[in-house]
Amino acid sequence: MSTAAVTDKRPSTLRAASLPKWSPWAIAGGSIVLAIAIGLAGGLTKVQWGLIAAVLFILGTYGIAARVEGRRQAKDRVATSLVWVAFLIAVVPLVSLVWVTISRGVKVLNLYFLTHSMGVVADSEPGGGIYHAIIGSLEQVGLATLIGAPIGVMTAIYLVEYGRGRLASAVTFFVDVMTGIPSIVAGLFILSLMLIFKMQPFGFAGSLALAILMMPVVVRSTEEMLKLVPNELREASLALGVPKWRTILKVVLPTSIGGITTGIMLAIARIAGETAPVLLLVFGNPFINNNPFEGAQASLPLYIYQQYSQSAGANAAYDRAWAASLTLIAFVMILNLVARGIARWKAPKTGR
Amino acid sequence: MDISTQTTDAPPPTPEPDVARLKSNSRGATRPGDRIFLGLSRGSGILLLVVMAAIAVFLTYRASLAISKDHGNFLTTFEWNTNLTPPSFGIAVLAFGTIVSSIIAMALAVPVAVAIALFLTHYAPRKLSGPIAYVIDLLAAVPSIVYGLWGALILVPHMQGLYGWLNDYLGWTGIFSWDGGAPRAMLTVGILLAIMILPIITNVSREVFRQVPRMHEEAALALGATRWEVVRMAVLPFGRSGVISASMLGLGRALGETMAVATVLSPSYDIQASLLDPGGGTFAQNIASKFGEATEQGRDALIASGLVLFVITLLVNGAARAIIARRKEYSGANA
Repeated sequence: MSTAAVTDKRPSTLRAASLPKWSPWAIAGGSIVLAIAIGLAGGLTKVQWGLIAAVLFILGTYGIAARVEGRRQAKDRVATSLVWVAFLIAVVPLVSLVWVTISRGVKVLNLYFLTHSMGVVADSEPGGGIYHAIIGSLEQVGLATLIGAPIGVMTAIYLVEYGRGRLASAVTFFVDVMTGIPSIVAGLFILSLMLIFKMQPFGFAGSLALAILMMPVVVRSTEEMLKLVPNELREASLALGVPKWRTILKVVLPTSIGGITTGIMLAIARIAGETAPVLLLVFGNPFINNNPFEGAQASLPLYIYQQYSQSAGANAAYDRAWAASLTLIAFVMILNLVARGIARWKAPKTGR
Repeated sequence: MDISTQTTDAPPPTPEPDVARLKSNSRGATRPGDRIFLGLSRGSGILLLVVMAAIAVFLTYRASLAISKDHGNFLTTFEWNTNLTPPSFGIAVLAFGTIVSSIIAMALAVPVAVAIALFLTHYAPRKLSGPIAYVIDLLAAVPSIVYGLWGALILVPHMQGLYGWLNDYLGWTGIFSWDGGAPRAMLTVGILLAIMILPIITNVSREVFRQVPRMHEEAALALGATRWEVVRMAVLPFGRSGVISASMLGLGRALGETMAVATVLSPSYDIQASLLDPGGGTFAQNIASKFGEATEQGRDALIASGLVLFVITLLVNGAARAIIARRKEYSGANA
């Protein structure tokens, strides 16, 4: 499987002894059987069986390969097995995450859940829904996009079309740095403003923090897309006497609009899942509040957190938290898939 | 490629006055539409800088209010009593917890992520590697609160066995001794953070490994190297700085992670040698869990701890960017 592709082509006289192609599978099977036997004898858990099997597999591979093929080949086989084992180990939690969210989430997820709020439902009781949280999320994320996306796109246009000199390199550097700001710090920044102006939590404050998180992501992706627009297009337009700003609006942006949309949608997907700034600034509210400019609101990620933390272990609340998680993941994934679809569909044709 | 220079250069660079005028025309500073557009786009860039500066200034201002009232030592006090008069709070425990959990996360995630990146670029069957890379891309988009919920309700109960095992066999080291409480300590947080930053590190490392010159690998193969020797001698040296910067990006994410830590960790305001006993908290987790009960004075104190987190992440990200900038070919920012 591993080195076979390379060694097989050589004439057999030059070839050292090598294990047959099925040997990794045989060793894997042997070590799994042995691990289960040890596990049954010692009364161990499934995770421990798995780990013992992995260790046995790697040791077995090294031992057998070193004996038959020599140490270098044995090391190669061990590296191959380690890489496979690492991959399998990493897959386990990720698959578990997706599986649990789906299987637990569908329990209470229905039309009632999507269209009712938690207004008169105690956190420990069954019933209630996420309507208020969906409204809050959509309004906060929508407002954040209205602020963040244009500023991000304009900044990217500045960097690609005009930017030279010290200002541009400073902007580039700080955009990079800004990408790494923890979401809670963005929340604290708006919070410090709210403390200074003595304001109570409201939805739009959350939008501002989300916009701060969104801008650098939009700038980076838009920049990449604008750089892909062939220079000939700009030159042709300028040569016809079209002013530069109209060239950008009518030639550069339409050419790259697919990629820019993708970038913005990925950024929306990212901020839609942010909890920390919303927790600090919007505070959460079990009632429906349609006005993002006044009074506390809910949001989907915040709803998940509060159902988890404020319910003192009530199963009904956990079920609602999973169902809300499933809704949130579905929203984010659909945005991701649509964004990637647009990227593929409208990819700028760079080559001829 | 710098497009802007090419765009604005008039084709034949002859030193005639006419061409010079044309040049300044195409730079777009003369027509009103151009001026407005340039102003708008430059303004957005400047606005970004202003926001960054404002973050630093306002956080520092509120933090200074809090620290001036602090009765304890901001750096060394082991408690967080901000609602008392006078308040007494310090970041020692938070700094400890943040660093320890991030170290655990990095120690677990980096080797596995590098292995997965190698798997995708050099080991996996072609047909598999595309879809797997796609799925990992999607996993990077799972919101952190969902990881937190999963960690608290699924991972924590599953950690019981591991904690017991570590205590039985490695308890004598002191690092892995366990008093039998709920497994909501630093080790669990570290493992959860590792799972969360795995997709990011994998994605950036994969991009880097993919750009290893084919010729290097083929030359090594032609000399009779095994696949592992190719990886060790051609792929890893080429990708080293990329992997470092990918790890730094992951580290930045782990340092600032809030909700996943807040749901999983049961914090305490002392430092334990053992990773399995409740000890420490993280900056972000402390802000999220203390915010609800904080008065204005308490919020200022939380802002002060947030400022420290801000500075730490700035340093880490700045270092990552500096490493990336040295090798311009791959920009980790796309991740």
